[in-house]
This record gives sequence, structure tokens and C-alpha cells, in this order.
Amino acid sequence: MNLRPDPTFHASPKLAMEAPVENYAFTVMLSPDGTQSDGIAVVDLKVGSDTYGEIVHQVIVPNKGDEFHHFGWNACSSSLSPLSGHAFLERRYLIVPGIRSSRIYIIDVKEPLKAKIHKTIEPEELFSKTGYSRPHTIHCGPEGIYVSCLGGGGEDGTEGPPGIFIMDCETFEIIGRYEMDRGKQDKHYDFWWNLPQNYMVSSEWGLPPQFENGIVPEDLLSNKYGHSIHFWDLRARKNIQTMDFGEQYQMALEIRPAHDPSKSYGFCGVVVDTTNLQGAIFTWWRDEDGVWQSKKTITIDPVPADPDDLPDLLKGFGAVPPLVTDIDLSLDDKYLYVACWGLGEMHQYDVTDPMNPVLAGKVELGGIVANHKHLNGKDFAFGPQMVEISRDGKRVYWTNSLYSTWDDQFYPGDEGGQMVMANVAEDGGFALDKEFYIDFPKGLRAHQIRLEGGDCSTDSFCYPSV
Amino acid sequence: MMTDINSVTALWWAVIFSGFYHGINPGMGWPLAVSAALMERKRAAMSKALAMLALGHFLAMIGILLPFTLMIILVQWEIEIRIGAGLLVIAMGVYLLINRKHPRFLARVRPSRLVLWSFLAAMAHGAGLMLIPIFFGICSVGVEESGHQAAKTLMGSNILTAFTVAVIHTLSMTIAGGTIAIIIYFWLGLKFLSRTWFNLDMFWALSLVVVGAFGIYAAYSGH
Repeated sequence: MNLRPDPTFHASPKLAMEAPVENYAFTVMLSPDGTQSDGIAVVDLKVGSDTYGEIVHQVIVPNKGDEFHHFGWNACSSSLSPLSGHAFLERRYLIVPGIRSSRIYIIDVKEPLKAKIHKTIEPEELFSKTGYSRPHTIHCGPEGIYVSCLGGGGEDGTEGPPGIFIMDCETFEIIGRYEMDRGKQDKHYDFWWNLPQNYMVSSEWGLPPQFENGIVPEDLLSNKYGHSIHFWDLRARKNIQTMDFGEQYQMALEIRPAHDPSKSYGFCGVVVDTTNLQGAIFTWWRDEDGVWQSKKTITIDPVPADPDDLPDLLKGFGAVPPLVTDIDLSLDDKYLYVACWGLGEMHQYDVTDPMNPVLAGKVELGGIVANHKHLNGKDFAFGPQMVEISRDGKRVYWTNSLYSTWDDQFYPGDEGGQMVMANVAEDGGFALDKEFYIDFPKGLRAHQIRLEGGDCSTDSFCYPSV
Repeated sequence: MMTDINSVTALWWAVIFSGFYHGINPGMGWPLAVSAALMERKRAAMSKALAMLALGHFLAMIGILLPFTLMIILVQWEIEIRIGAGLLVIAMGVYLLINRKHPRFLARVRPSRLVLWSFLAAMAHGAGLMLIPIFFGICSVGVEESGHQAAKTLMGSNILTAFTVAVIHTLSMTIAGGTIAIIIYFWLGLKFLSRTWFNLDMFWALSLVVVGAFGIYAAYSGH
């Protein structure tokens, strides 16, 4: 407990943008076949430092086969919620779940160069206290840390629906399930919210048998992956509306609400439209009657390709689907970054008008067929995937792995973990930084990035930007 | 006679001071007034929020004071009741010192239910209890002054005192909290919201202990 709020807590997104820039990044390192232990790489981002853009410390966990994926902070700007009155937590611990093992590590990063494991929650504890498995997205909310899980109970995670559980933000004790009335929600992936407006939005990937051993083509072609998002009364813990985008919109994944809490809209990325292989972004908003609406506002077309250049999975289609696997929104709610993991492109859309996004910039890197090299001449394995934006919106970082077994299906024979950075121009547009290129230790791939002091997909703000 | 008037004046000042003290504590809600004005993008929302917070706080104060008002009708047990109340206040302080966790049920209240939130926040923090020893002090001085009144009259005047204490306390709380909210909203800006935010938890808990101890002392010394 501090006597003053943590200096990295900001009342509004605008104040977060004006705050000092990030000195470190924390990036997930995962062993795709479980032969090595997973870990968190600490990357030096201090401009002018001798080790700038290098991994300067690694926290390697003692177990194998965890498969790290997403992770988050124990506390963020949501601590300044006017409803809490107790803003004295420290942003100090990273909550790092293994989506394959269901084990959760709490990593103390107070001193980034000496980051270490603070606590480990064994899978059995998670199973017995929540009935959920495969923990995934982390957000700090009204009663503690919220963690979404992709699996329910049982060996393959299909006994009972998956959902969200709450964890104490100081002791890291698992408190229990979040949901009181989940309505139609039977799959899970991402979630986020607007704290003052008291709503939460959650999304769907698929159940564990649909992803753990690779994508199941039959399930995809018969539209059995998730295609709905759910709106919740956050404090009542009740699903108030389920919105089905349409069954062809397979895998509605990342939820990105506007950061400014006075706005009532956001975005959701859809991996693939099975009718035409397009990638899509939906804008969702609340209308005057309080009913949630959505509209497809961005489509990205597939690119025809010679079947000989395509992996077995895609040969029959003769085209590369964009595969929109991650999206991220800058803190000023101006630019939406869209990772097209299949094409090998990172798009930047100006979403000042959320109903009419305009493509403002594009970076080509990697890709199933295109296989674009980095500006520095080096290879980039797979395609642009997990993307994170600096608080000031001037730098965009991303890595390349989607999920171990899926990497191998879409990019057979490819291997490696890379993290790169692009600089955003004043008036939009962005370009790769030639010098910033991190090759991960051999045998390890890279996934989500978190920035010291918060970034554009962690902090929930409780006051509007004024 | 002079001492009595002085101590009555001092006690009323204590009521006002405790109001200021509660008001500046962000845990009693002034940040909600700032956020209401910003979220709705109109100044009027701030006064509405302050009024709702004040109502909730007032209900919490009167909800604690009234039962004790009814108890002190048992004049022969007055000292015991006052000591018991003092111990209760100390116990609340000690509890808050040991259990430093923020009450979780507050997080279940919808952001729009400001009256309920304010009521529960005041209850959870023992805000009303902090007034009990002061209130007893005021009542007991009144008893000495009025001599042997009929129980019924005494009761009536105590209830009136309870309401006056709650109103004055809530008013000064609202003035203090409202002033901070207005200064931040109109002049300093949101950056100062987190800067003016001090962790009062420990100090608050100790205040309860001190006030409770004062109550016991005052009971013994006959004020």
C-alpha cells in the first residue's frame, strides 16, 4: 500500500498519453512444443541506453508446457475509480497464465531487471475454486483482478461453460466465479468494459478441443467457432444482451472499447468470414434506447495465391485469408491497428469516426505467401500478430506467434520469435524502425507485449479526456 | 457554567470539523462529483451528485445517532452506555487498522446509485460512529443545564440534537468535499485528482480510536 496513488495511474486517457514514455517492455516467450520452460522477456526501451532494443532480463518459470499467451497487471488506472476511494495499490505484479497448463504465475516486476516469480497458483486450485480452466485475459476491475478462461471443467475443458473469475489484487487468492447470469454465453475469449458506464463486453474463440491441437477445419467450415459477443451489466454480473454477428463471422476475438469512458462504442475483430475469407472489424455501440447495435465497418480481402505456395489447410481455397488475429486502439481513440497475420500486414485505420474507418497506413512484414522481409533485410517468421501501442501513440510494437499449434498449421516449417517496432507519423501513417528488431532465444516464440507503466490494452480509465 | 458553554461550543466545532474531515476523504465520494460533471459534460451534474452523496451520508449519520439517542433515555445507565459506545468506536478503529481491505460489497453498487453508495461507504468506514462520543458530550451538557427534565422532553431534545448534529456534520462534509471537487473541476484539472489523493486509511482508523477514547474519558469526567 502506498500513501499516494501509483504515479502510473492516470485519471484519463489523455493524462496517460502525456505521462513519461515506457522504459521497458515485458514480452511472453513460449516454447511451442513444451521442451523448454516459458518465460517473460524484459526488453530495454530506454532511448539512448546501450542495451536499447535488447532482452536484458528473463524470468524463466520452473515448469514446462504452460504455454503463455496473454497477461496483465495486478493494478492499473482503474484504481482511481471514484467509487473505490482506495487508489493506493502498486502497479507491480504481472499476472501470467498458462493457457495449456492452467497454472498462473504472479511475477514481481518492481525492479524490471530483477523481475522474479512472486507466487504460483497451481491448476488444481483454479479448477476447484472456479470450475474453469485455460485462463487468458487479465483486467483489473471493481472487486479485484478479473481473468477470463477459455475452458470449463473436466479433462478437455468442456464440462460446463467457460467464464471469468475474480482474484484478490493483493493476496492473489482466487475469490470465485464472476457470472451470476451468463445467458447464452457458452464460449469465451476476451473481455473489457467501461467502468463508469457499468458495462462489460465479452467475446468467443472456441472450446479447448477446437484450438488446443490446432484449428479444426471441419468446425470452421461448419461455422462452429464463436461468432457472438455478450454485453453485461458489470456490477449485476448479468448478461443483458448477446449479439450474434452472423455465423459466418468465425472467431470474434479482441474487444477494444473506446478508452474515453464518456463514449459508448468499441470494436471487435473477426478472424475470418467463411463465405469469402475476408477479415472483418465490427463497430459496436449503444443506441439512444440503451440497446447495443453493431455494424461491419472494415473488411480486408483475401489475396489469391498459387495452391503450391499454400499450406495444406488453405490449398483448397487458392487464396491467403487476412486472418485478423489482434487489434489495438490508441489511447486517443484515433487509430485502430489491425494485425493481418495471414497476409503479413499491419494496418492502421483512422477511426476518429468509428462508423467510417479510413485506412491510414500499412506495414508489410512476413506473411504466408508474401513473406516480406524486415527493412533491415532479416526474415520475420509467421506474420504480425500481438500488437501493443505506446501510451503516447507514437510507437507500435508487435510480435509474430499466434498460438503454437496454429502457427504450425498456417506456417508449416517456419520458426522463430521476433518483436519489432514501427514509428507513427504525426499525421498518420507508420513505418518500421530499421534498428528495432529482437530475435528471441532459439526455440522460443513471442506473444503478448506489456509496456512498463501501462499500455493501450491494459488500463481502464474512469474519467473522460478533457 | 463558563466551562460548560465552552465545552458545548468546542463540541459543536468538533461536529463541523469531523464533517470537513469526512469531506476531504476521497473515500466519502468527492471524486464522484468530479466524474459526474465530466461524464455528463455539464456542471449541474456536480451539484446533483454532491446532493445525492450528502443525502446518503446524512442517512448514515442519523441511522447511527438515533439508536443511541433512544438508549440514553436510560439515564441511570448513562455512563455505562457512553463507555460502551466509546469501546465500540475504538473497536471499529482497531478493526479497520487490522483489516486494511477495501470492503468488497461496495464494488457491487452501480455507479448511478450515489445515495446508496454514500450511505454504505459511510457505514463501512464507521463514519457515523466517529460522531457518537461528540454527540453524547453535547447531550450530557444539555442535561446538566436543564436539570431534571421529564424523560419525554429530554428525549425530544436529544432527537432534535441528533438531527442537528447530522445536518451540520453533513453540511460541512459537503462543503469540504464540494470545494475540492469544484477546484479540481474548474481550475486544477484531473491531474490533481490523483495528486490530492492521500491514503487516509490508517489516520482514519486511528481517529476512531482517539475519538472513542475521548468518549470514555468524557463519560468518566462527567462531560
